Amino acid sequence: MIQQPIVKVAMADLGVAVRGECIRTTGLGSCVGLTLYDAVRKIGGMAHVMLPDSSIAREFPFNRAKYADTAVPLLIEELEKAGARVERMNAKMAGGAQMFASLAQSDSLRIGPRNVESCALLLSRIGIPVVAEDTGGNYGRTIELDSETGILTIRSAQNGTKEL
Amino acid sequence: MRSYGKLAEFELDVLKEVGNIGSGHAATALSTLLNRPVDMAVPKVSLVPFEEVAERAGGAEQLVVAVFLRVDGDAPGNLFYIMNPVAAKRLLRRLAAMEVEEDLEYSEMELSALSEIGNILAGSYLSSLADLTRLALSPSVPAVALDMAGAVLAYGLMQYGEMGDAALLVETRFQGDGEEIEGQFFLIPDPDSFPTLFRSLGVDVP
Repeated sequence: MIQQPIVKVAMADLGVAVRGECIRTTGLGSCVGLTLYDAVRKIGGMAHVMLPDSSIAREFPFNRAKYADTAVPLLIEELEKAGARVERMNAKMAGGAQMFASLAQSDSLRIGPRNVESCALLLSRIGIPVVAEDTGGNYGRTIELDSETGILTIRSAQNGTKEL
Repeated sequence: MRSYGKLAEFELDVLKEVGNIGSGHAATALSTLLNRPVDMAVPKVSLVPFEEVAERAGGAEQLVVAVFLRVDGDAPGNLFYIMNPVAAKRLLRRLAAMEVEEDLEYSEMELSALSEIGNILAGSYLSSLADLTRLALSPSVPAVALDMAGAVLAYGLMQYGEMGDAALLVETRFQGDGEEIEGQFFLIPDPDSFPTLFRSLGVDVP
């Protein structure tokens, strides 16, 4: 079997995979791994979103890949540059956990669920369907999207591997 | 506010001393518990890109036992005590006299015991720091997780997320004769805490 190159996405980063490449990000906790996929052109993109909303940014210029509300449009832009079409894209999401569930009383500590909500809201506004998600819980995940098949593989330390 | 990203060399040295005092007391506490010497490496203080924070604990996917405390009060921040899961099992056997299996499965009871050990160490870290600075620093109830380092540590980076893509990390490492002694403290003061910390230690803050 030929080992396909893997595109790595860091925290608060995004990337695009084409021509059968896989794209992955490791150690998602409260961060959300959002993937967009165009099945016709077999182009996939992934963002490792850290925070729900760029209105809180105190840096300038800020990293658009970090916030859900700016990462979604930026990822669409990058995919379109690679030849994907927004009307053909579907989305999958993983992550958004609460790593320390016992501490999750206050809103600022509910960051995982808020990241998921923010991504979902943006996607629904743009009209991209979320076809599968594995979000929440209190455990970390590593995810990998295969741009050939659009299958998203999710690995966790506690709950094994699954495919979406 | 002055940027925490542009700290002078002597300010980093002051933060090293913070790590030294805090983890020095924690090392003493661990040494007393184990009745064995615990050595401490020289603290490392630097602005670490988010992606590299987990590398300092073995890599984003490395399984770790992490005890987390949120520090509230005059200089808020996040404090982690991180152990390798195999070493943590040995620590449980020595300290809590628990019959533990040599695998990576942890029972609620074992995690709870580790949380308490982490709490004792972090408590001595913080109380010595509070004594030194005369600041009010109150730790939250400890939380424990056995998971990927990247997933766990990201939790302590949120306060930096809105300001940039790196966090200021005060890192100290325990070592000694026996794996059960090995552990790491990550102190991540909130960005807004630096002026207070420096002022409390007699450094002039513009």
